[in-house]
Amino acid sequence: MKTLKIEELSKNFGTTEVLRKINLEIDEGNFLVLLGPSGCGKSTLLNIIAGLETINEGNVFIDDYNVSKVEPKDRNIAMVFQSYALYPSMNVKENMVFGLKQAKTSKEKIEEQLEKVSTFLQVDKLLERKPSQLSGGQRQRVAIGRALVREPRIFLFDEPLSNLDAKLRVEMRREIKKLHQQLKTTVVYVTHDQTEAMSLGTKIAIMNHGVIQQNDTPENIYNKPSNTFVADFIGSPSMNLIKGKLIENSNNISFIADGSTLEVPINNYDFIEKSDLNNKEIHFGIRPEHIYFKKLNEEDFDINLRADLSEYIGHEQIVTLDYSNQEILAKFPSTIKIELEKEMKLYFDLKHTSLFDFKTKERL
Amino acid sequence: MQDNYQSSSYKELEQKSKYTNMFLRWFLYFVLILFASYFIFPLYVMVVTSLKTMEEIRQGTLLTWPSSINFDSWLVAWGGRGYGAGDTFLRPYFWNSIKMVVPAVFFSTFIGAMTGYVLTKWRFKGDQWVFLFLLFGCFIPFQAILLPMARTLGTLGISNSVVGLVLVHTVYGIPFTTLFFRNYYISVPTELVKAARIDGAGFFKIFFKILLPISAPIIVVTVIWQFTQIWNDFLFGSTFSFGEAAPIQVALNNMVLSSTSVKEYNVDMASAIIAGIPTLIVYVLAGKYFIRGLTSGAVKG
Repeated sequence: MKTLKIEELSKNFGTTEVLRKINLEIDEGNFLVLLGPSGCGKSTLLNIIAGLETINEGNVFIDDYNVSKVEPKDRNIAMVFQSYALYPSMNVKENMVFGLKQAKTSKEKIEEQLEKVSTFLQVDKLLERKPSQLSGGQRQRVAIGRALVREPRIFLFDEPLSNLDAKLRVEMRREIKKLHQQLKTTVVYVTHDQTEAMSLGTKIAIMNHGVIQQNDTPENIYNKPSNTFVADFIGSPSMNLIKGKLIENSNNISFIADGSTLEVPINNYDFIEKSDLNNKEIHFGIRPEHIYFKKLNEEDFDINLRADLSEYIGHEQIVTLDYSNQEILAKFPSTIKIELEKEMKLYFDLKHTSLFDFKTKERL
Repeated sequence: MQDNYQSSSYKELEQKSKYTNMFLRWFLYFVLILFASYFIFPLYVMVVTSLKTMEEIRQGTLLTWPSSINFDSWLVAWGGRGYGAGDTFLRPYFWNSIKMVVPAVFFSTFIGAMTGYVLTKWRFKGDQWVFLFLLFGCFIPFQAILLPMARTLGTLGISNSVVGLVLVHTVYGIPFTTLFFRNYYISVPTELVKAARIDGAGFFKIFFKILLPISAPIIVVTVIWQFTQIWNDFLFGSTFSFGEAAPIQVALNNMVLSSTSVKEYNVDMASAIIAGIPTLIVYVLAGKYFIRGLTSGAVKG
């Protein structure tokens, strides 16, 4: 039984296609993050799961029950919003129990739930306050509390941290993670922040233009991006994509960048399909953090590159390098002294490369 | 030497700017006082004249203070002289106006709030066209709707009645009240409505429990606006009602114009003030909310 299953879901606003043939499944207790640039349809997808938006095609199942036409209140879900959406005229207590009261829950049950959740979230001292008298973090906690008291099957979070300042955001991120570890609830979480997605999710679904680009564990998203969009979207700075082609002769496969004669051996690369590779135009992907200043592994490939620019950002520096007229970035500890306008010996970690078909943008 | 020269010249400049500022300040006061008296002057004449006897009015000038405060003309204006025919006084018409203004303000405000709520929080296809057509209502001159409205009232059988006037003012007020509430609710996060829907609240519950409790500022603005408009209206009142069903502004006009004998300026002035007092009271009681409501933007959650 899947806690949440989305089947062939499509949605359009007028003539604009917002979601296209979305398929998604979540097991009990998982934390799924919907990640993507603004306008990719992730919030719409969340609203559809909540029942706040109608569906044009496809179905949504919760616990194998088709809820596509079920009212939001009857879907056994709870939602935490970006603006918290606490009812301004009600105090914290009234805010938290509003849903239970609508559902005609007994007074004893309401009191019990309120007591339990408010002590758990440490808002039990704030029950009489109005939302306007709370700090950002407290509002956040009350909003989560309002979701918790209903004991839903699925928690939906719509960019809940993006209104907080940087420091508080990191704190609240940790609290949400802790919450999920303790309660083991199923969560769908929307964000455009990759750090949030990486640190919170057990699964991440990356979306662009209404299509899920990759739905995988954070590790696979980072190490094995399924196309150039994911490769480019995850990581800061993002993965270097070097244009060039493959050369295959007698079981040796290597990569030659455009305008270069240097052959980079990629015999150990784990191809999805190992056929018709000779002369294939590709993007050779390597993350800035996988270009080393010192040889770390036996099979690291040494290469001479010219450094053009160095950006100091505290614990590390980002160096712009020239690879046969293609700009690539590398990340080094800031203790290393880089001489600009000069060639130096660097090492590519070939265990961490990704190859993409130049035309289809898909992983090879 | 150089330093000394510098500092003394700065002192001179400082002195000069002080004089300029002082002159400008006094000039500003002068202009402000001039404008203020321009507006206060008519009111002063009205109040002073209403407190004089006719004898005094004939002998003195407009501006002279009454020799003794005399409220007789106020009593006549409010309750009449006590003889039968031709004696017009304001009391019954004042109550007509109250009976007209209270329901008309209530209904137009309530309907405007509802419409504004739907137009911002329950968007539907073509809602911006509905809003646009409603806005037309704000710009259609009163005169243009007189004839069709008269026909409508006639068909409904409520012409020349307070009920008819309530209907006219409610309908004519809806574009304005809708505009106010729509502009207010558009700054209220729609997530509030979403949250309430997930919590299980329906259309009316969300309106009454979530939105209405935070609408106080805009309700005050709308009520003041509608009250002033409807209370001070003369055109609809004089067109759609006459005789006993007339509102106070129409009665005031009849009273001032219809006296066959000598013009009693003191009674006229007292009547005019009585007719204007309710709007003043509403402003004084709710005025500070008026400014606050007009300028208030987002509702902080």
